[in-house]
Amino acid sequence: MQEVTRDALLNKALELLKNGTVDRVLGYRVGEFSYDVTPAVFENEDALKKDFCWNSFCGANFSKYLISETAKTEKKLLVFLKPCDSYSFNQLLTEHRFDREKVYAVGVPCGGMLSGKDLREKVESVSDVSVNGDKVTVKTLFDGDLEFDFETLLSDRCKNCKSKKHVAYDELLGEDGEVLDSHRFDEVERLEQMTPDERFAFWQGELSRCIRCNACRDVCPACTCEKCVFDNPNSGVQNKAAADSFEEKMFHIIRAFHVAGRCTDCGECSRVCPQHIPLHLLNRKFIKDINSFYGDYQAGAEVGSRAPIVNYTTDDPEPSEAVERGHGNA
Amino acid sequence: MKRIGVFVCHCGTNIAGTVDVKAVAEAMKHEPGVVFSTDYQYMCSQAGQEMIKAAVKEHRLDGIVVCSCSPRMHEATFRKTAAAAGLNSYMVEIANIREQCSWVHKEMPIGTEKAIILAKAAVAKVSLNAPLTPGESPVTKRALVIGGGIAGIQTALDIADAGFPVDIVETKPTIGGKMAQLDKTFPTLDCAACILTPKMVDVAQNEKIRIFSYSEVTDVKGFVGNFDVTIKRKARYVNETLCTGCGACTEKCPMKKVPNEFNLGMDNRHAVYIPFAQAVPKVATIDPNHCLMLKSGKCGLCSKVCGAGAIDYKAKDEFLEERYGAIVVATGFNPISMEKFDEFAYAQSKDVITSLELERLMNAAGPTGGTLLRPSDHQHPHTIVFVQCVGSRCEACAEKGKEYCSKICCMYTAKHAMLIRDKYPDTDVYVFYIDVRTPGKNFDEFYRRAVEEYGVHYIKGMVGKVTPENGVLKVQGSDLIDNRQLHIDADLVVLAAAIEPDKSARPLATMLTASMDTNDFFTEAHPKLRPVESPTAGVFLSGTCQGPKDIPETVSQAGAAASKVIGLLCKDKLLGNPCVAHSDEMMCNGCSTCEKVCPYGAITYEDKEFRMPDRTTKVRRVAKVNEAVCQGCGACTVACMSGAMDLKGFMNKQIMAEVDAICK
Repeated sequence: MQEVTRDALLNKALELLKNGTVDRVLGYRVGEFSYDVTPAVFENEDALKKDFCWNSFCGANFSKYLISETAKTEKKLLVFLKPCDSYSFNQLLTEHRFDREKVYAVGVPCGGMLSGKDLREKVESVSDVSVNGDKVTVKTLFDGDLEFDFETLLSDRCKNCKSKKHVAYDELLGEDGEVLDSHRFDEVERLEQMTPDERFAFWQGELSRCIRCNACRDVCPACTCEKCVFDNPNSGVQNKAAADSFEEKMFHIIRAFHVAGRCTDCGECSRVCPQHIPLHLLNRKFIKDINSFYGDYQAGAEVGSRAPIVNYTTDDPEPSEAVERGHGNA
Repeated sequence: MKRIGVFVCHCGTNIAGTVDVKAVAEAMKHEPGVVFSTDYQYMCSQAGQEMIKAAVKEHRLDGIVVCSCSPRMHEATFRKTAAAAGLNSYMVEIANIREQCSWVHKEMPIGTEKAIILAKAAVAKVSLNAPLTPGESPVTKRALVIGGGIAGIQTALDIADAGFPVDIVETKPTIGGKMAQLDKTFPTLDCAACILTPKMVDVAQNEKIRIFSYSEVTDVKGFVGNFDVTIKRKARYVNETLCTGCGACTEKCPMKKVPNEFNLGMDNRHAVYIPFAQAVPKVATIDPNHCLMLKSGKCGLCSKVCGAGAIDYKAKDEFLEERYGAIVVATGFNPISMEKFDEFAYAQSKDVITSLELERLMNAAGPTGGTLLRPSDHQHPHTIVFVQCVGSRCEACAEKGKEYCSKICCMYTAKHAMLIRDKYPDTDVYVFYIDVRTPGKNFDEFYRRAVEEYGVHYIKGMVGKVTPENGVLKVQGSDLIDNRQLHIDADLVVLAAAIEPDKSARPLATMLTASMDTNDFFTEAHPKLRPVESPTAGVFLSGTCQGPKDIPETVSQAGAAASKVIGLLCKDKLLGNPCVAHSDEMMCNGCSTCEKVCPYGAITYEDKEFRMPDRTTKVRRVAKVNEAVCQGCGACTVACMSGAMDLKGFMNKQIMAEVDAICK
C-alpha cells in the first residue's frame, strides 16, 4: 500500500532543490523492472525527473548511505526516511557517524514494503508489478496477469513492523503513525522453547547455508566500523577460511554481539541475505534479553540515548540478578 | 624471536609441596623462545634475584617469566629486578602457580600439569610484550578529609602539622561527630568533651585547615595526585563569616519544638540552632524544614535580632570545585535502627533506649543535665538491664542486624554499668551478654572492675522479650550458666545497638571507585600490610568507615592515614601506570562507546585530519585517551567494536596468545 505517491516525493525533492535547501537527493533509481530499484544520489533536476522512483519495492534503509555521502562533500543532501529508517538515522547520530547539518530528512509514511526477491521466487517470469490499494497485479511473460493480496506479498520484516512513527525528520510528508504493538518476539520465543539440541540443529540448518558474501554486514546500519574486525589483519580472524560448513556461525555470532544494544531491528540483514537466513532472529534475541534484563530499550528511539549494556548506573542489577530476572527467557 | 628466561620458585614448600618445580622448569625449556629455565627455593630472596640478573646477562634475555606467587605480591619486586638487570620492567610476566595452583590442589600430578599450563600462557604472553614507560603526573599538595569526627579531625591535624593544607568536609553543621555526643570514654573515664573540644578548637584555629561544615562531596573526578572534587555547601541561611555564634537568634526563634538530633530526639531545639555549646564552627544554622520564614515567608524574627546581620533567607546551595592530591575517607558510623527489634519493645516504650541515647542522658550537657532520669516519667530508674549484641554477631537476623561484631559495645556497656553503680549505688544493674570481649590495653581490667568492684550483675545469655506493663519493663531472659529463665522488672532497658557505616559511604565509594565489603565498610588495600589505604590510589581510610573501632584505635588509624597522605604529598611527581588504554586512530570510528563505558572519564574525542591514499584529506572524529586519568581497567577495549582500543601490557593479542597456550 502506497501511502504517498512518487509525484509527491519528486515534487518535494524538486522544490527543495530549487529553493536551495538541498543540493543533492538520495532516492531510488528505476531499474529494468519495477521491482528492481537501486538507491542512488541525484545531483540535479533532470536526473531526478528522468530516473527518480518510489514504489512498494523501495525497502532499502537509506540511513547508512549518509555516512559515505556526507563525508564526500560539503553539499547538503536530501534523504527520504521511512519510519524504520529513522531509528537507524538516530542511532547513527548517537554514534557520531555523520554530520546532521549536512542532511535534510523528509519523513515518508510507509504501509509496508514488498520484496522483489520473494516475489520472483513465488512467481516466474515477472515482467511488471502494479499496486492498486490492497491488491497487487503481477504481469508475467507466460502466465498472464496474476492478482495477489498486498498482505500476502508483504516482506517478512514488514509483517512484524515495530513502528509507523518517525523518530527523526526535518519535514514530514503525510500523516505520522504510531509505535506498534508488534509480535516481533514471537519467533524468538518459539526458539527459546526448543531444547538446546533442537536449537543447535535449527541454527546449524540455517547458518550452514551462509556463503559469507558479507551482504548482511555491508548493509547493516550498525556495522559502520572504519575497518571491520573481519577485515583487520591484527584481529586474527581476517580472511579465515571456514573449516566446515557451520563455521560461519562465529561470524554471525560475533556480528550479533557487536551490534547488540545498537541494532534497531530494521531487518536489512535478513532482507539482503541471498540464502534466506533469518539473521534478524539473532539480533532480536539480544533485544529481547536486554529488555528483560534492564528494562525496555529501543535503539535509535532518541539521539544520544545510552544503551543499557554500555551504560553504568549505581542501581544496575548485579550480573547474578540480571540472570535471575531474565531466567524465564534465557 | 625473543630470548625468554623462566624462573620457577619453590616458595619453600608452599609451591614445591604440590608442584614438581623441576618438571615445570624442564618443560619450559621446550617452549618457543625460551632459552633458559631454572628453579630456585626463594626467587624473591636476594640470592634469587641475583640469579635472575646473572641469567639476563649470561643468556642475553629480553623477556622474563617468574612462576611464583600472585603478581599482587611480588610483580613489583621482579619488575625492579628486571630493571636492575637492564631490562624494561614491563618485560616481566608472573605465572601465579601458588594461589592459583599449589594452594588449591592437593595432588602433585594435577598441580604440576596446571603449573606447566600457566607457565606456558605466561611465556606466550611475554613473547608479545613490548617495553613500556610510565608517564609522570604532578601532585596537588592539598588533602581532603571527608568526615569531621574524631578520625577526620586527627587526620587533618596531623596532615596540617606536616605543613600541608587540608580541607574537612562535614555534612553536619559542626565537626565533632559521634565522640562529641559521648559522656565519658573507656578505659580511663575521662570526659569525651574535655579531650575532644580542644582538638576541635585546634582545627578551627589551624591556618592550614579549612572546615566546610554542612557540606557534602557530590562529585569526584581525576586520580591520585589530582582529584577534582565538587563540594556542595548546603545553604545554612546564616552567613558563616558574619555570625558570631552569640545565640540571640536561637533564643528568639518561635519554632521551639524541633526534635534535637544532637540529643537523639530526646529534647527539642529551635528552627535556628547551634548544635551544642562547643560547636565548631560556632555559627547558627536554619533548618529549612521547620523555619517559618522559609516555609511560609512569615516571621523573620532571627533576622531582626541578629546584630551581625548574618541571617540570609535567600541563601542558595553553593558548589565549590577544588583539586586535591589525596582524599581521606572518615565517614564514620551510626547505630543501626532498633525499629525492627520488636522483641525489645524499643518502638513501644520510651524507657527502652540505645546506649548512645544513654550517653546523652548521662551527659551534663544532655537533655536531663546529666542526672539519669528515665525518659517516660523522669524518675530515677532503680533496676537497669543492659542487652549486649543487639543486631551484632547476628547471622540468623541478617535482614535487621549485622553478622559482624561491633567491637565497642562490651566496653561501653561495662563503662555505663560502672558509672551508674558509682553514681547511684542503690541501682541494680544487669548486663546480658553472649561473650565479653575486652582485648585492649587495660580493657579487661576495666571490665573486671565493673564486675568485682562495682557489683554489676553479668548474666551470660540473651534477653528473649521485653514487655512494657504498668510502667515497668518485664524483661525475660535466659541465664545460660545456671540454665534457668530470668524475669526481671526493669525501669530502664539499654540496648547495645550494632553499628553500621554511615549511609553516605556507599555513594561516596562509587564516586571514589573505592571498593567496599558487603557490609559497606571500605576495603583496605591489604588487611594486614596496608590497612589505612584503599585499593584506589590516593584514597585513604580513617576510623570506623573501614570497620568497627574504639576511640584509641580510631585515633591511631587516623594518624597512620595522615602519615600515608604526607608521604604522598611530599612527592613532586608520581609515576603513572603505563598499562593504559590506547586507541588506534586508523581503526577508530569515533562512535563514543568507549567514552560511555569509561568509569574514569579518561576518554575524549577530537576531529583529526587524515591523509587518504588518494592524497585527499578527511576529517574524522577519533578517541583520545588521557593516559594520566586512565586506570587500565580495560572496559573500553571490550566495548570497542572496531578493535581500535587496546590496553598496553594486556593487548587483545596477548590475552588471545595466553588463551591459545592454555587451550593447546
